[in-house]
Amino acid sequence: MNNKTIFDKIWDRHVVQTVPGGPDVLYIDRHFIHEVTSPQAFAGLKKRGAGVFHPEKTIATADHNIPTVNQHLTIHEELSRIQVEKLKTNCRDYNIELYGLNHPYNGIVHVIGPEMGITQPGMTIVCGDSHTSTHGAFGSIAFGIGTSEVEMVLASQCLMQAKPKTMRINIDGELQKGVTSKDIILYIISQISTGGATGYFVEYAGKAIRNLSMEARMTICNMSIEMGARGGLISPDQVTFEYIRGREYAPSGERWEEQVEFWKTLPSDDGAEFDRELFFSAADIEPMITYGTNPGMGTGISGKIPLMEEVDNASRNSFLKSLQYMDFSPGDIMTGKKVDYVFMGSCTNGRIEDLRNFASFVKGKKKAEDVTVWIVPGSKQVEKQAEEEGIRQILELAGFEMRQPGCSACLAMNEDKIPEGKYAVSTSNRNFEGRQGPGSRTMLASPLTAAAAAITGRVTDPRTFL
Amino acid sequence: MPIEKFTTLISTCVPLPIENVDTDQIIPARFLKATTREGFGENLFRDWRYDKSGRPKDDFVLNANRYSGKILVTGKNFGSGSSREHAAWAIKDYGFSVVVSSFFADIFRNNSLNNGLLTVQVSETFLARLFEMTEADPSLKVKVDLENQKISVLPGGPEEGFEINPYKKNCLLNGYDDIDYLLSISDRIAEFEKSMK
Ligand code: SF4
Repeated sequence: MNNKTIFDKIWDRHVVQTVPGGPDVLYIDRHFIHEVTSPQAFAGLKKRGAGVFHPEKTIATADHNIPTVNQHLTIHEELSRIQVEKLKTNCRDYNIELYGLNHPYNGIVHVIGPEMGITQPGMTIVCGDSHTSTHGAFGSIAFGIGTSEVEMVLASQCLMQAKPKTMRINIDGELQKGVTSKDIILYIISQISTGGATGYFVEYAGKAIRNLSMEARMTICNMSIEMGARGGLISPDQVTFEYIRGREYAPSGERWEEQVEFWKTLPSDDGAEFDRELFFSAADIEPMITYGTNPGMGTGISGKIPLMEEVDNASRNSFLKSLQYMDFSPGDIMTGKKVDYVFMGSCTNGRIEDLRNFASFVKGKKKAEDVTVWIVPGSKQVEKQAEEEGIRQILELAGFEMRQPGCSACLAMNEDKIPEGKYAVSTSNRNFEGRQGPGSRTMLASPLTAAAAAITGRVTDPRTFL
Repeated sequence: MPIEKFTTLISTCVPLPIENVDTDQIIPARFLKATTREGFGENLFRDWRYDKSGRPKDDFVLNANRYSGKILVTGKNFGSGSSREHAAWAIKDYGFSVVVSSFFADIFRNNSLNNGLLTVQVSETFLARLFEMTEADPSLKVKVDLENQKISVLPGGPEEGFEINPYKKNCLLNGYDDIDYLLSISDRIAEFEKSMK
């Protein structure tokens, strides 16, 4: 039978057994952990007297809590320091590889997995972090889990999971100039809403997706969770294989050939059936910007915030509450709105290609005076590469500085907080109330749109500069 | 470690008629620095509940004397966003045992059930009725019966059935947890690993 989806192929290979009337016991190939969602899992293990079943299949990094300046000093904030230290002792006690603070491979968990070649097609990958979906860009089943589930994977390398439904989202045609993969995903979410894919695992397909680099594909899969999806993936192809080839954890020699042969069997078969299928045209997508307090509240940058009568009756209260928080009004035009901060980074857009895009846009221009700009690479390796490629220099000439890697203002657990009432254009993935600091107001956008805001101090269509 | 058993609950409700409540609202990131599971209830809905100086905001439902109880009733798409289990811990720690909504985010639902916090998904119509009736009469009692998978407004008010995975239902009724189960099949898992190579 030749009509399976890539999702079914991978899932079915990993089912250890099915609990009668219940979920599947799913085998997990790779498990990433970080300092914030793992301590209670280790504590639970200890209490049970259980060990870690396969320490070599878990990889740890410190990213959420760490400062992005002066990383060589001890962490100032006591609770953050305790969490990072706890991770260190847990990894040591259980023999888990840790790419901790100041390690040359340190970085945001979803950036370092792919860049070291740990993330590979056909795998099941989990992490106590919803943006684990990022790894799906390689044609793997990757999804976020809670801390109890982290404990399950540590204890047994397995998870109890009900198999989700499948959805395919096709983006056909070609993207316009100045439109990037971030705009594709913000567009999709604005069309189907933040709950639009709940209960589904999404495959992204179509010509516009095939044309994307691995970095750009990761940006799309990253935000699958923002429409409620369990995860998102893209069938692997030559672009995928070329990205993995030669990386530290990538297979080599004969094993490489073998693996590539296997990976080539993964893409969804012609005629594979999905529970739901959606079609969009790339040509309809503009650079996107969000105006509200969830990632589904977005519009093309030349567009307006919807009028009350355009909003579903039942959702009007939530819509108004959201606009009140942002201090915007229904019908407002987005371009020209004042921007106080620009945050360029995160596991959505903190990879080398994102920095390249940002840098090539601001090259030869000057930062707007009254904007504070935080440029945070996704990992030590991205930082190093940016250095080597001369990106840091370009940024500095334009008046910007690059900070040290970490999650930073994406969730503002460290000192990088957008102050109350201030507006930030951010390349991260969430614009929830207070996400970037209590009272902060976030507008999500691509690195190009962030660069345009950094130059003008306003919400600006990046295409006007292209 | 066993979770708390859940069979039947009769309680008043606390209504929070807001849609798309994300886990950043349930428990903001800056309160995720603890390394234990306890104490998160204090900061449940922190930024809706308290102002900057830490004073309770009168207009937030948890600060309203009118409402109390072990059932939180919320608008659709509850628990979206971050996978932080701290959200489920905070709701439980605050004293809720059940969350009712017309739609839950997947990870939040899993996290809740793994902690003995029952998520009850009802129809939009039932939810709207429940909001109306609770707001009209905060002393209204609601019964959640897990065995029969039924939620009903007492006495003789509207009622509705709800779905739950039979395995998860069994876990909750008996206080079992997944890890005990997984540890009990470790031989099977080891066998599976051999077959994968
Ligand atoms: S960058 Fe943001 S979204 Fe990504 S892992 Fe860190 S906190 Fe989560």
